[in-house]
Amino acid sequence: MSTVDLHTLTGAYALHALSDDERGEFERHAADCEACTQEALELSETAARLGLAVSAASPAALKSKVMRRITTVRQDSPRVVPLTRPPGSGSRSRRLSRWALAACVAGVAAFGGTTVWQYDRAQDANEQARQSEQRTDAIASVLAASDARTKSAELADGARGTVVVSKSRDEAVFIAAGMAAPPSGKVYQLWFNDAGTMRSAGLMDSHRTAEAVLLEGAVDEASGMGITVEPAGGSAEPTSDPIALMTFPA
Amino acid sequence: MKEAVHIGKNPSAEPDLQELMGSVALGDQQAFAGLYDVVAGPVIGVVRGVLRDQAQSEEVAQEVLVEVWRSAARYRSERGSVINWVLTLAHQRAVDRVRSVEASAAREHRAALLDHAPEYDEVTEQVEARLEREQVRRCLRTLTELQRQSVTLAYYRGMTYREVAESLALPLGTVKTRLRDGLIRMRDCLGVTA
Repeated sequence: MSTVDLHTLTGAYALHALSDDERGEFERHAADCEACTQEALELSETAARLGLAVSAASPAALKSKVMRRITTVRQDSPRVVPLTRPPGSGSRSRRLSRWALAACVAGVAAFGGTTVWQYDRAQDANEQARQSEQRTDAIASVLAASDARTKSAELADGARGTVVVSKSRDEAVFIAAGMAAPPSGKVYQLWFNDAGTMRSAGLMDSHRTAEAVLLEGAVDEASGMGITVEPAGGSAEPTSDPIALMTFPA
Repeated sequence: MKEAVHIGKNPSAEPDLQELMGSVALGDQQAFAGLYDVVAGPVIGVVRGVLRDQAQSEEVAQEVLVEVWRSAARYRSERGSVINWVLTLAHQRAVDRVRSVEASAAREHRAALLDHAPEYDEVTEQVEARLEREQVRRCLRTLTELQRQSVTLAYYRGMTYREVAESLALPLGTVKTRLRDGLIRMRDCLGVTA
């Protein structure tokens, strides 16, 4: 499809009226086309207004069902994974089209904030599950690496932190146990310690007190890691004193 | 230039919704109950319109609302309004269900739909039934007949543009541009910004 043709797909895209292949093609085009992106966003907001216009009565039974279910549903956090795999993620991921996969990879690559697709396929739960699975695999790979070295330390208030570093993979995993939930509106942020300079290594899930997190980025020359309490969403550099500092195992 | 109008409380309610979403993302169930009250009606309306089946609609609406809870942390306000995020999810899930190979019953139903005359008038009737939907109704009327038919079949029936083309016996390229032109006209009429 030509570029001009792709640009005229903004309307069909916003209305979910494209096939999966076309959708992928459009999204790849739009990644480099600011005008298309902006137009697709506006038309998507417009489509939402069409949706608001057909609002229907909500059965009371549905609300109780949903409210009951959410008490058992673990919330996603963009940068961390639970220790167990999401159920059924394996079979689901096999059904993804190659375009969906491409969009997924693009979504991951664009995680720094360059993607503007609130609603792109990479954010769909199925793919999130697949990404989670990949990260779970990455964690497992670090833990299972032949050169994995482990070090544990007592953190504040009886919590325990364990860091596992694999030099060959240049990756590290932090495993927390018994950490208190961060204050409301705050998150725990992890940092690599590069000779006194803190480099962000991602966020921890606010809702779990025990989890394994693959530190984002390469270990490189980092000598250790730290944890700080940051505003929700994390910070570019620490805004408070670390609540814990650990040196990496030699 | 046409006068921009807004539907009911939606645009002014958005800051509250964003605040609610922030709390929901942090696991606040009470905040989710508040968000639910605002979005459940539109979610059910959108899903039911596309699926045309009570039981399936409720099932999909339930999945969508639980997914809102589960993935709340991934909402980014700079990429659109909360209601757009939720309704995009709802519409996408409904469309996925309709197009899914597993939902053979739905597929047969869909084939039956395509055999019949377009049902956009029925949708338009539903839209007309509610006073607060006046703006959307008024704006839909500013569209050409082909634009209006294309947009309503795609959105309210969850058809692909190929199906719309087939249904209205129009060339594919024509439907593509009608969908875009129609939505652009709606955007300008409703005063939508993003």
